Amino acid sequence: MITPLSWLKEYVDIDVTPQELEEKLFSCGFEVEELYEVGKDISKVVVGHVLTCEAIPDTHLHVCQVDCGEHGTFQICCGADNVCAGGKFPVALVGATVYATAKDHKTVEGVMTIGKGKLRGYESHGMLCSGVELGVSENMYPGAGYNGLLVLPEDAKIGADVKPMLGLDDWIFDIAITANRPDCQSIFGIAREVAAVLEKELKMPDLSYTETDATLEGFKVTVDCPDLCPRYSAHYVTDVKIGESPAWMKRRLALVGIDAISNVVDITNYILKELGQPMHAFDLSTLEGNAINVRRANDGEKIVTLDEQELTLTNANMLICDGVKPVALAGVMGGLNSEIRETTSAVLFESAKFARDNIRRTSRALGKRSDSSARYEKGVDEYATVMAMKRALHLIEELDCGKVSCMHVDVNTGNSVEPRELTVSIDKVNKCLGIVVPNEDILRIMKNLAFEPKIDGDTLTLQVPAFREDMETYQDVAEEVIRMYGYEHVVPAFMPSAQVTIGGLNLTQKSELRLKKALCSVGAYECIHYSFFSPSDLDLLRLPEDAVERKAIRLVNPISEELSLMRTTLAASMINAVARNQKKGNLEGRLFEIGNVFMPYELPLTQYPDEKPRLCVGIFGEKESFYTMKGIAEKIADTLQVKFTYENMSNTFLHPYQTAKVLCEGVEVGYFGKLAYDIADECDLRTPMFIMEMDLKVLSQWYGKKPVFTPLPRFAEEKRDLAIVVSKDVTCGQLEAVMKDACKYITNITLFDIYEGEQIAADKKSMAFTVVFTPKDEAFTAESVDGFVKKILKQLGKNFEAELRS
Amino acid sequence: MNANLEQIKQEIIAGAEELNSSKEVYEFKKKFLDGKAGKIGLLMKEMKNIPPEQRADYGKGVNELKEWALGFLGELDEKMKAKELQARYEAEKIDISLPSVESEEGNLHPITLVRNQLIDIFSGMGFEIYEGAEIETDYYNFTALNTPQDHPARDMQDTFYLSPEFLLRTQTSAGQIHVMEKQQPPIKILSPGKVFRSDDDATHSPMFTQMEGLVVDKGITLCDLQGMLDVFVKKIYGEGTKTRLRPSYFPFTEPSVEVDCSCFE
Repeated sequence: MITPLSWLKEYVDIDVTPQELEEKLFSCGFEVEELYEVGKDISKVVVGHVLTCEAIPDTHLHVCQVDCGEHGTFQICCGADNVCAGGKFPVALVGATVYATAKDHKTVEGVMTIGKGKLRGYESHGMLCSGVELGVSENMYPGAGYNGLLVLPEDAKIGADVKPMLGLDDWIFDIAITANRPDCQSIFGIAREVAAVLEKELKMPDLSYTETDATLEGFKVTVDCPDLCPRYSAHYVTDVKIGESPAWMKRRLALVGIDAISNVVDITNYILKELGQPMHAFDLSTLEGNAINVRRANDGEKIVTLDEQELTLTNANMLICDGVKPVALAGVMGGLNSEIRETTSAVLFESAKFARDNIRRTSRALGKRSDSSARYEKGVDEYATVMAMKRALHLIEELDCGKVSCMHVDVNTGNSVEPRELTVSIDKVNKCLGIVVPNEDILRIMKNLAFEPKIDGDTLTLQVPAFREDMETYQDVAEEVIRMYGYEHVVPAFMPSAQVTIGGLNLTQKSELRLKKALCSVGAYECIHYSFFSPSDLDLLRLPEDAVERKAIRLVNPISEELSLMRTTLAASMINAVARNQKKGNLEGRLFEIGNVFMPYELPLTQYPDEKPRLCVGIFGEKESFYTMKGIAEKIADTLQVKFTYENMSNTFLHPYQTAKVLCEGVEVGYFGKLAYDIADECDLRTPMFIMEMDLKVLSQWYGKKPVFTPLPRFAEEKRDLAIVVSKDVTCGQLEAVMKDACKYITNITLFDIYEGEQIAADKKSMAFTVVFTPKDEAFTAESVDGFVKKILKQLGKNFEAELRS
Repeated sequence: MNANLEQIKQEIIAGAEELNSSKEVYEFKKKFLDGKAGKIGLLMKEMKNIPPEQRADYGKGVNELKEWALGFLGELDEKMKAKELQARYEAEKIDISLPSVESEEGNLHPITLVRNQLIDIFSGMGFEIYEGAEIETDYYNFTALNTPQDHPARDMQDTFYLSPEFLLRTQTSAGQIHVMEKQQPPIKILSPGKVFRSDDDATHSPMFTQMEGLVVDKGITLCDLQGMLDVFVKKIYGEGTKTRLRPSYFPFTEPSVEVDCSCFE
């Protein structure tokens, strides 16, 4: 909310500096987002009196002697066409800062510092300035819009600073207004808070006017949709003379960024800023049927708005109509057919309250925003609706641009503009805050905020002004009290009366953290990727049309197509992360992520989807292999105190022969494997990548499994190395399983070598294992271990035609 | 003393001059002292050839020689070993400014690190950790938090919608209602999690992490909030950190405050 200090001062005597006021506003809940002086870029510009002015031959330039009072008399060259001896103009002294303009002398191109210059051989000690160079527009100071020197009044004091004269010493507060305080969406609304916080009197704007006898016989206002329009008032103004607004009004509008148009239109804009009530003025001669009717639009109905756009409406939109046709899109913009023109001689003012959600929806649906709709969306109160009409009529008189008739129509759905009573317990207020605010402070604060407080015992009775629709409960009162009393009074405490609770992570959270730490311990770095991904990621994974991953939830309004689907797999994000790493020259590394995938039960969503936590690991580099990834899987199993088994599998994005399904107690928990070469090529990967994904929701059934501790063996363990020659298609896992089956004393089998080559048959391989036998109740003898080995070899021979390598 | 003994002693003294390593000392020593073998050991075998009346003296002399040789060569051995150790260290002189060999350990994401830190602080205050769903309904994210359809406060957040009813939560507060529906006071929960808003520029990410706390119990006041926040910022930012409550507005809290904390002296 742009708020000029000079305008605020109309309602409150402000005797603190702008910076002090900023601090005060901040402390009571109004953050000043920006505070700046209107003429912040202008300095050392004074009133100069041109003593002599001589043309420089063959140029448009003049050389002048300029009296700048206490600063001295300077020779200044000037190219403006209105420079003349005897005139008074702003002089930027050497060292002054003013705006630099383009060749057109209108477009500002930054700030410049004036230095000594020489033009056509004439020294120039300063610059005579135009309005643009000082940042002053025609609306801010009459005459400042001239494309030449800004002419100062004859009585301007020579040598004086021009900033106060031109209003450049004014300050602008850009104040953030929270959504609960629509009543502060106006200069007057903020003035109310300023008055309260400075404990000053609030001066009401002048609402007085005199009515003539003029009226409109039989004029009717009807509201067909009271739910959307709780209040509609209209007042007829005769003898309208459309013209320019006075300088003071144009200046204020300019300060808040509104261009002056004509007196009647300016009054509506002025009131929007001053009181926060959007108003509309209809040219009465364009209204037919002697009536105003507020109704919902018909589906397909059309209106052409002031900005000459034709809009097609629906039943959700609201129209202001005369007896025959729509004349305004309620709360958003007037119709072109009824706008104020130079010829307008009679006006119907509208001051109404429209339902904020309806205006918001209409404005969004039609893509049409205006100062009015922006204001309505935040909510207006009826107190302002009534006050605004009076203020508009007063301004009609003050600006002498019409006569106020006695025809006033007010359709009221029954909401009061009177204060309502609110009674709360002071004890409750204090218990909410945790401190005791003295009663006299509560009284003082609530009085300053216009709540007319009374205290009787523990009971605080307030008269809630109509504009404070946010005040409903004792918590609201507590907030009002503390923001004015000061949050510095809140004393830190530590739940002295609360019950003791046992906090901390639950089992799932603890287990996930343990997994993360385990992965860090094998050199993996944690990543966090977006929960959304791209449809092209599904293609990257070569997923078939009917893949479950393709049934992803789509965002209605994604940032971009790349971020338009909720993830159904973490693999794609991981591949992309590795690709980014490699692009930056990082050719090896280990990454992991724990994040959710989102599996819908149906699309579009009608119930919560299944949000499943997954673990994804991506490793890449020349040192990595299927088996290093398998090692990571084993690390995960160890962390959870479980055993994984592995089966061959294939999917669309992994190597057909280097991919494993991971099972835990026979239940599938995930997969890992080498990234398919075509995908690696597509992503420009220069080193091999392996990827693993595990479903933590499934794995979570084993969370919290207690570790089993076994004592060290009482008797010495025995080790035997066995090199077994088998057919090439026999797997290590098969051999291990048979060996374990053959002897219950085996506690560990480690493969340490595989040999294929000359020394054995071409279709065979030799696998060398170290087998550990652990005795249980008595020590082994050499013979007993030989017996185990014999038995093992026999079983291997039977199952795989395996032989001991000779 | 027996001339033979003296000769051996001189032999040892002379021989020791030639020794250059502890290994040589060891070999040399073995020549003289190797149990019953070795030159000194052999001297004992001579005993039977010594006239009985000289035997005591002879034995004493051999023993003295043996003691002396052990001492002499032991000292030499120590000196040699010390020299060798020094040489070995010197051979292994390195440039300590060379780059380190990276450890194989990975690391947690900075967000997880901070998250763990916060969880630690609030766990100690008796907070349980509640992680809600990322996909929420309009009801839990907005309506139940005093932000009905078309409420102006919805302007503060740009929401990703998945359907008219479902959306990506814009705040972890969505989880508050779920907890309060299921649990009876006292409630103390800390809700960390990913939240989503449709901003994407240099200073905004469409996905970011929030953390929020909820306490429901009898006698909880604004002072407790200030107290907990004080502890929290001091643990996170250091003992000297100060907090300031600043009035603000959120649809689901009353009174509402923003919390500022000091960051520079």
